[in-house]
Amino acid sequence: MKRYSSLWCGMLLMMIASLAHADLTIEITQGSDRATPIAVVPFAEQGAQLPTDIASVIANDLERSGQFKPLSRDNLIATPSASSEVNYRDWRAVDADYLVVGKVGTDGSIQYELMDVYGQERMLGKVINLAGPDQSRAAAHRISDEIFEAITGIRGAFSTQIAYVTAQGVGENIQYGLQVADADGYNSQQILSSDEPILSPDWSPDGQKLAYVSFETGRPAIYIQNLASSQRVRASSFEGINGAPAWSPDGRKLAMSLSKDGQPEIYVMDIGAGSFQRLTRSDAIDTEPSWAPDGQSLVFTSDRSGGPQLYRYDMASGEAKRLTFTGNYNSRGRFAPDGETLFMIHRGSQGFQVAKQDMETGRLITLTDSRADESPSVAPNGTMVIFATQQGGKGVLSAVSADGKASFRLPAAQGDVREPAWSPFLN
Amino acid sequence: MHVTPYAKHLAAALSLVVMAGCSSTGGTQDGSMAGSEGATSGGASSQGMNSGQVGSSSMGMRDGQQDGIPQVRTIYFDYDRDTIRSEFESVMAAHAEYLRSHPNASVVLQGHTDERGTREYNLALGERRANAVQRFLMVQGVSPSQLEVVSYGEERPAVRGSSEDSYAQNRRVVFDY
Repeated sequence: MKRYSSLWCGMLLMMIASLAHADLTIEITQGSDRATPIAVVPFAEQGAQLPTDIASVIANDLERSGQFKPLSRDNLIATPSASSEVNYRDWRAVDADYLVVGKVGTDGSIQYELMDVYGQERMLGKVINLAGPDQSRAAAHRISDEIFEAITGIRGAFSTQIAYVTAQGVGENIQYGLQVADADGYNSQQILSSDEPILSPDWSPDGQKLAYVSFETGRPAIYIQNLASSQRVRASSFEGINGAPAWSPDGRKLAMSLSKDGQPEIYVMDIGAGSFQRLTRSDAIDTEPSWAPDGQSLVFTSDRSGGPQLYRYDMASGEAKRLTFTGNYNSRGRFAPDGETLFMIHRGSQGFQVAKQDMETGRLITLTDSRADESPSVAPNGTMVIFATQQGGKGVLSAVSADGKASFRLPAAQGDVREPAWSPFLN
Repeated sequence: MHVTPYAKHLAAALSLVVMAGCSSTGGTQDGSMAGSEGATSGGASSQGMNSGQVGSSSMGMRDGQQDGIPQVRTIYFDYDRDTIRSEFESVMAAHAEYLRSHPNASVVLQGHTDERGTREYNLALGERRANAVQRFLMVQGVSPSQLEVVSYGEERPAVRGSSEDSYAQNRRVVFDY
């Protein structure tokens, strides 16, 4: 069986990085002290080499989730590629709870197996047939999803994507871009390029479209763009602000904030009919709507009580009820997929931070140590929140686990990056 | 206005070109603190609404002056506030007079905020500031047809930076003729 030297791996990864145009890099800033140790052994290659180090992608995925601590390759005591070659005592000796081994066949198929070290049993084993070598990275993410779910019981979100806005330049010469990349920052692709600001990207529930706000006409208007075809429509361009588009869970409606009647109010657009229904009537700013997972209500930001707080609008009754009472600034609410937690930006003594509130108890806790957080977006499995913040004077993306114990950062190679939106499950 | 939507799977090379081509150095920046000159004379500057006051222009006599458009075109705001500070009332008056006496002239009032807080809420705050300026001008007799409001929220800061001074320079309304 073949050993991978770390130098060879390094070179391969650098090649992959340039091929994949990774505009975002990953920095693990905090690992959970309760992360489960797992050994991911480099997959044996028995034929043509794949352009991806499968085991490395799996290890990085699992580490990024905050719930796993992969052993470094230097500490891999043996390099089995199938369960028949595994000596469980070896892996107990290095304190690995789980072991992943695999091999790439001559036909390009990938076989992997997941072992429970202390239970001394094989938990999972599968073969994935690749349509082509360019699918190898996607296959690795799929394996990560399956391993994650087998161990935690939670569906993995490693095969998802993130949309985000880039800004490069200064003053009047900033160039803005809207991009989509894999959830680990790889394979970034430009969706829109503009001289004028872009903000608030939001994914359709089927993962095929993005709604966003663009200033390209000189005023903020809402666009819906199909990702595969690049075709787009201007959904809303009334006088004043057309902002904060939010797709309903059934994909048929777009909530938004429109100020055409004098001050920003929440409206819902029926996308098919092109009709608009006004929801809020207040003299205050009402903006940043986001739907509850059951589509029966939406959370929005309003400063009707004097400063921005989160409110829930019930679609059936038409009533708005205040949700947040901690501190004097809470905005940009986003529900967890189970609807039981509300993530938001909370201004406290430390500055603007991502926080979460338990919907039953009302208890709010902050999740970050940074001071200038914005735009939280929840992973479709609810385990992590990606958001924008500042690091060293630059805008960077960061992510924190829902329990606040693990985090990683995604700075861009150049310029600022901001306004992240986590895609729904795509597979 | 240069905008290009891309299809997925098409743009990897293009994105690199865009990235490479986009490291431009800064263009002109709005938001000098000229408007604060009015503050140096404290309450005195709020006397009199005629031309010739601090910060406002004479009628087209200076170099670079365009037909008497007042020279000071930015006013600044306090954190979380959209009230017009008294030190800027003379600036406002100068613009009101210019617009009243030039009924064919029009101006876009651009509202801006500092970078703190969430972007869409800041878009709304910037609009609130520009609306306050618009209302003031209309009370001074300017026709609404000459006024347009656009908010950029925190999207177009005058200066980068996270100091109180930077924040103060970004909380502004700009008269864009």
